[in-house]
Amino acid sequence: MEPAEIVQHSGGVIGASWLMIALPLLGAAILLLTGRRSDRAGHLLGVAMSLASFVVAVLVFFELIGLGADSRRRVVELYDFLPSGSLDVKMGLLLDPLSISFALLITGVGSLIHIYSIGYMAHDPNRRRFFAYLNLFVAAMLLLVLADNYLGLYIGWEGVGLASYLLIGFWQHKPSAAVAAKKAFIVNRVGDMGLALGIFVIFTTFGTISYAGTLPLAGNASTGTLTLISLALLLGACGKSAQVPLQSWLLDAMEGPTPVSALIHAATMVTAGVYLVVRSGAFFEGAPTAQLVVTIVGVVTLLAGAIIGTAKDDIKKALAGSTMSQIGYMMLAAGLGPAGYAVAIAHLIAHGFFKASMFLGAGSVMHAMNDEVNMRRYGGLASVMKITWITFGLGYLAIIGFPLLSGYWTKDGIIEAAMEHNQILGWLAVLGAGITGFYMSRLFFMTFHGRRRWEEGVHPHESPAVMTWPLIILSIGSVFGGAFLILGNRMFEFLAPAVGRPEEAPTVHAISTIGLVTLAVVAVGAVYAWLRYGRAAVPEVAPRGSFLTTFARRDLYGDALNEALFMRPGQWLTRIAVFFDNRGIDGLVNGLAAAIGGTSGRLRRVQTGFVRSYALSIFFGAALLVGAWFVVGNL
Amino acid sequence: MSTLAAVAVDPPKIEYAELSPMLLVFGAAIAGVLVEAFTPRYLRKSIQVPITIVSLIGAFVLTVWLGLRGTRDAAAMGSVAVDGPALFIWGAILLLAVVSVLLINDDDQFVAQAAAVPGSADEDRAISEGGAHTEIYPLVLFAVGGMLLFPAANDLLIMFVALEVMSLPLYLLCGLARRRRLLSQEAAMKYFLLGAFSSAFFLYGTALLYGFAGSVDLAAIAKSLGSVAGQDSLLFMGAATLAVGVLFKIGAAPFQAWKPDVYQGAPTPITALMASGTLIAAFGALLRVFWVALGNLDTEWIPVLWAVAILTMVVGAVLAITQTDIKRMLAYSSIAHTGFLLTAVVATGNAGQNAGALSGILFYLLAYGFATVGAFAVVTMVRDAGGEAGHLSRWAGLGKRSPVLAGIFTLFLLAFAGIPLTSGFFGKYAVFSAAVAGGATALVIVGVVTSAMAAFFYVRVIVLMFFSDPAPEGPTIAMPSMGTAAVVTLSAAATVVLGVFPQPVLDLAHSAAQSLFVR
Repeated sequence: MEPAEIVQHSGGVIGASWLMIALPLLGAAILLLTGRRSDRAGHLLGVAMSLASFVVAVLVFFELIGLGADSRRRVVELYDFLPSGSLDVKMGLLLDPLSISFALLITGVGSLIHIYSIGYMAHDPNRRRFFAYLNLFVAAMLLLVLADNYLGLYIGWEGVGLASYLLIGFWQHKPSAAVAAKKAFIVNRVGDMGLALGIFVIFTTFGTISYAGTLPLAGNASTGTLTLISLALLLGACGKSAQVPLQSWLLDAMEGPTPVSALIHAATMVTAGVYLVVRSGAFFEGAPTAQLVVTIVGVVTLLAGAIIGTAKDDIKKALAGSTMSQIGYMMLAAGLGPAGYAVAIAHLIAHGFFKASMFLGAGSVMHAMNDEVNMRRYGGLASVMKITWITFGLGYLAIIGFPLLSGYWTKDGIIEAAMEHNQILGWLAVLGAGITGFYMSRLFFMTFHGRRRWEEGVHPHESPAVMTWPLIILSIGSVFGGAFLILGNRMFEFLAPAVGRPEEAPTVHAISTIGLVTLAVVAVGAVYAWLRYGRAAVPEVAPRGSFLTTFARRDLYGDALNEALFMRPGQWLTRIAVFFDNRGIDGLVNGLAAAIGGTSGRLRRVQTGFVRSYALSIFFGAALLVGAWFVVGNL
Repeated sequence: MSTLAAVAVDPPKIEYAELSPMLLVFGAAIAGVLVEAFTPRYLRKSIQVPITIVSLIGAFVLTVWLGLRGTRDAAAMGSVAVDGPALFIWGAILLLAVVSVLLINDDDQFVAQAAAVPGSADEDRAISEGGAHTEIYPLVLFAVGGMLLFPAANDLLIMFVALEVMSLPLYLLCGLARRRRLLSQEAAMKYFLLGAFSSAFFLYGTALLYGFAGSVDLAAIAKSLGSVAGQDSLLFMGAATLAVGVLFKIGAAPFQAWKPDVYQGAPTPITALMASGTLIAAFGALLRVFWVALGNLDTEWIPVLWAVAILTMVVGAVLAITQTDIKRMLAYSSIAHTGFLLTAVVATGNAGQNAGALSGILFYLLAYGFATVGAFAVVTMVRDAGGEAGHLSRWAGLGKRSPVLAGIFTLFLLAFAGIPLTSGFFGKYAVFSAAVAGGATALVIVGVVTSAMAAFFYVRVIVLMFFSDPAPEGPTIAMPSMGTAAVVTLSAAATVVLGVFPQPVLDLAHSAAQSLFVR
């Protein structure tokens, strides 16, 4: 079944949905423009704006639910953004089940992380600026998912890129943070170029860039064009969502404050690529090759991320590898077409909860351990940080797919859908689940159990309530979110008007053969991790490890590859260009300038200052003019 | 006796309402002369200044009224055209005249007594007795009146009279600078001699064209172009010499030689008035001569004006590069801008193209006028012991000592260079795009190349102001009087507004140009 038609809408809460974007944007503007004057209450304003945006999102959601299932795609026109010749972009917001799902996730999880940051950033002198950037991020991300055209999406896309850059480099006094911010920005440029090219091709093909004017007409374009569009968009998606081959920035992005890692680099921004693929589903469905590439990218990334996660001792980097891997699952599902969209989005939302909860939990641990991130110096924290331990534990169980928790429903859904589509993809996804079981258990046991390997003088303590409450709320989501979304095909039915539905609805089994196999593989991974990191003593200094460990520790040589393939040739290219610029072009330009200057100097002498010679020049000028006139007139 | 009664005297019909802006300015000028004659010295300034400003503003209001009324008419027996372009030009000239008068009114720019040395006891006495030359105000009003009539004249004799009414007071005003008296007097002398010389050309051309067409009426000349045969040498000679007269006034090459000397020597407020008002008026007259009278002869004059435009742009831009005096540099810049404007003058074609070119020229003139007045106003404020600090080296490091002033001057320079978000960008864009539409692409290429050269010397001043170390005993920045401050502020505001929200004024220029010239 095709997606429902997009219809104009005005009035009601939906008509005021622009407030969702405007409020956090206003917050960011106030916080940035008033400067130090708003230091004292700035964080509260930031939280208030984010919460207000969440309230609007909830109201819009209920009004949307109130509409008939097939009329839940509403466009609210705001203004004529770019009336220029054949490119006429009307800026509007598209409110449909897909975009509102994202909006709820962004504002809901975003607000919790705002609240958590009050405590986490309490001692930072630049807390106000931090909240300004967070608000800016929320506004940009909402624009990204709510815009009703690709240009709006692109603006939001660049906006979140900017916010991400600013927040990764928030502690710019640390050289590593500054470098990481730059790296994230540059790698994302590669992806953004793909997105821009995709939009260009969409415009030349369809003559417009609104969703309503392009997606329903995708069938009119040739398969070749659709493949080109889809692959270009996929490149954009890979950049933003840290998928292979543009994955290298995400691990370094953990230099940012932990709430940033939770909000931007786990729960929301990095899932923008999945949104793009699902939103542009009509293009991908017309291009099977591109869909195949999407699934391959997904599978490769889910394995790569998981392998990286097994070897990291830095708790945030291990979680970052896990994020890559989980987004790989979503990508895989998104590449399966309508059969996978719902489960991709369901996993995305569930992941938003449990990954945010674990990142914030990691932040809570770091807070307690004087900002130590090395898990080899943790251990035995379960007894001193009860709430963090329980919430993190629930997140951990959710991600490995412990029966009945969120991940169990959503990830298994993906594995089953993949298995139906292609056996190889399916089994690789199962393997990924096994590795997930291993590295998450390793992380959990190294942090909360085993011998205390703390540095001297560290006295861990539970975090304040302003930090633990968000953890508790998020962990409720990690426990029940998946079941709520998957059981009764709830997400599937809800999204169907926006993304279309396959011939037959998927059947949901609480227990299935594949589910049991997956569970067994996960259990093997978890038990192996228990044997090595729970029961056995963990050395405080990382052992050298095998060739494979080194491979994983070095991020699968992703950076080395980038340096060899792009950085060094690029440096040579700039050197050559500089040489030619200095010798060739500058020489030409300087020579020309000197020639003009010389002419000017010589011509100046004609300006003698004698009125008689001026009069003579006028006389000769007049003679020339008359002569010329006669010549031209008699031609 | 009965025979006399039988001859019905047909009195000329004068549309006073349509001519009211000019009449008001001329009337105020005559009132100013009477004030000079009959009031005591100490009172004169306080009477002259209000008369001048009120009459100019009143004339502007009347112009707006005429515009709103939609007047498109050849008034006074067809000899004065009160049409869209004329009204726009009137409005622009009057606005810029008001601004210039604020600058003229400012302070010690003008000599108190012809023979007094600045700062001497003689001068002090002359000033304390209220002996400063308040004749300046009626002179300015006469010049402005001439500027109003010149672009609106619909017959060559009226145009000649207007030319002289405009020029004679200016010759005199040029010689009234308080400091560097000799330079000022020399400028006045040169301007007068060369102006008279060019007026002779204009008059000679008028006579020849009258010989050709049997009329001095522009429309009649245009009509005769198709009907009179075998008189081509009379026509070509007449048209060419007439062209010399108007090209001299706009300062196109090879008739540009007077501009640097006169702009440099004249009191700076008068330079501002000439560089804005006179240029606008002369362009209006030039368009009327070429488009109305010689409109049907365009295959003959377009190649000639091509050559003139190219020469003007190149001479202006190339010679400006080696100038060391700020006022001379601005004079050459004015020559280059004249060349840019000429590219649109040759862009004639169908009515639509003409309207496009005309509206572009009108917008450009207004934008350039404001930036020019503003720039010269800043020049009056940068002082040395001996008056204005003309030499460019004295401007080094100004940005560090007086960032606001240097910033505003930078704004004007950027507008001259045609950088986006300033008025100059849209002016240049309008003119060049009209020229391309009119088939003068090669000319536009020359225009763009010379614009790049021109950008060099504008930016050089900016670099000098902001990135050079200040001279050890650099010029002082005079605290601006209310008038000068208002001029700088208004000009800067106009430059920015026309650069950011040009649409209303573009629309206005477009609707003024829509009906083209009445014939």
